[in-house]
Amino acid sequence: MMFNKNLKNILLVIFATLILSACSTAKKSGNIDGDVYTGKETVKFLASGVPDRIFFATNKSSLTTASRATLRKQANYLRKNKNLNVTIEGHADERGTREYNLALGERRANAARDYLMTYGISGKRISVISYGKEKPVNPASTPLAWSQNRRSVTIKVN
Amino acid sequence: MKKIIILLVLYLLLINKSFALIEIDITRGNLDPLPIAVSPLHVDVKSENSEGIKIKELGENISKIIENNFRGTGLFNPLKKDAFVQKPDIAHLKPRFEDWRLIKAQALVTGKLLVNEGKLKVEFRLWDTAASKEMTALAFTTTPTNWRRVAHIISDKIYERLTGEEGYFDTRIIYVAESGPKNERIKKLAIMDQDGANTKYLTYGTELVLTPRFNPKNQLVTYMSYFRNEPRVYLLDIETGSQEIVGKFPGMTFAPRFSPDGKKIVMSFAKDGNSDIYTMDLDSRVVERITDHSSIDTSPSFSPDGKFIAFNSDRSGLQQIYVMRSDGTDVKRITFGNGIYGTPVWSPRGDLIAFTKMRKGKFYIGVMRIDGTGERLLTENYYQEAPSWSPNGRVLVFYRETKSGSKGEGFSAKLWSIDITGYNERRLKTETDASDPSWSSLLSK
Repeated sequence: MMFNKNLKNILLVIFATLILSACSTAKKSGNIDGDVYTGKETVKFLASGVPDRIFFATNKSSLTTASRATLRKQANYLRKNKNLNVTIEGHADERGTREYNLALGERRANAARDYLMTYGISGKRISVISYGKEKPVNPASTPLAWSQNRRSVTIKVN
Repeated sequence: MKKIIILLVLYLLLINKSFALIEIDITRGNLDPLPIAVSPLHVDVKSENSEGIKIKELGENISKIIENNFRGTGLFNPLKKDAFVQKPDIAHLKPRFEDWRLIKAQALVTGKLLVNEGKLKVEFRLWDTAASKEMTALAFTTTPTNWRRVAHIISDKIYERLTGEEGYFDTRIIYVAESGPKNERIKKLAIMDQDGANTKYLTYGTELVLTPRFNPKNQLVTYMSYFRNEPRVYLLDIETGSQEIVGKFPGMTFAPRFSPDGKKIVMSFAKDGNSDIYTMDLDSRVVERITDHSSIDTSPSFSPDGKFIAFNSDRSGLQQIYVMRSDGTDVKRITFGNGIYGTPVWSPRGDLIAFTKMRKGKFYIGVMRIDGTGERLLTENYYQEAPSWSPNGRVLVFYRETKSGSKGEGFSAKLWSIDITGYNERRLKTETDASDPSWSSLLSK
């Protein structure tokens, strides 16, 4: 019995180490965290220090901590520029069916819009459009390119 | 499109089962295609010239189109003409069957044509060389410019006689013609005959267009356009070129398809991050909401009796295929296999649903029964989707994209077809890159 218990503990420790190491390898590879792009390569700026885009995980439209920080900067900028209206473009990567990706792009753009609205920006100032997978920013067929293409981009319209 | 006028349809049928005439079983993959000799149609010497058409070569050209159609099915093996011993006019009157048997032809097609007073008169016969019998014959009259369609109609009649199923040669395919670099793609609506001839471009490429689909009853098309940067579903009459927006939705509408009676359009409407399925009646303009769920519901497709709609939804977390009554009740998930499922398309026969499956970085085109059982994956590739059925429910056309390099080089999008047996995968010739194909119903029906 004692032996069994010990064995169990040892196994638990081994499993825990395995899981931890698996996490740490999956977590960061280049500029991808999980499978959300975290780099700056494709990012443009609405104004100094205000990035124009956020990135998403595969098939997801939830906002990461970094995305929320970016959107708060955008909200701040929009508050200071009361006459400015924006369009949020939602995009998907090429690894999904065209029609589903149109819907997914729309959901991503709205996730960004909703967050700006909770920071006091009127919905009337923010229109959305989904391009699905039709307008990749990086045309390569690689996980990095796909992560850069899963994005929503805030664009000034006036 | 010019109307074809079939003035005279003569069936000189000798359907007599006691002769045990040749028949082709197309329900399984055919690895032993039927050797068939297509004799050039004899051109009557009294034929007059018709503008832009080489009368003397017309008989030869029609026979080549028929051969090409047959070769494309994978069910027939058209024999080389240099082995033919009988002259077309004599063979058409009374073939010397032993000569045709000698070159291993099991079936023989003969015919003659006459162009006279601005009309093209054609007749053809199909012979069983083993039974030394005529199997079918047909004569008809049309305008000379319709000569390609004549070849397709003859092909359909022969296919029908030999397989017992309706043909699919006198049909067209509408698709999206693509050009330019991958990240700045120019897309135009294009239409061609099913064999790749007569390509016409229906839009200029000034706005993004996607997912054209034929009305099964006529030559109307529904598609999605980003005209004025407002992504909406449109209706296009390909005869007149007139088009109109479908419904007055305050947001993106997409994924349109006609109901089997051609009277409704079913599509998705996206609002506030949620896509649901709607229908619009084209006569009354009445819009109905069919699904009401916080997930993405899209890619709807009616069953051929109009009673059900298949669609894909991510309500379970990832994309899966569901079937519901066409009023939105009784929603049932039908895919439970490993992977993600999308783009369900109901077979015109009603017994199967074609789909796209994604699993472990690969894309598959497959078919399953309408309750989700009996899944058969027909083809695996890096990227492919959007199956569309031939009108007889035997062949699927879809598009396939290649992997591209770091600058997008090496990227291509092409149309492919495959039999639902999983055999006979072929690339369809298109003038440009192509995607989102939709197969028309038979034009002469």
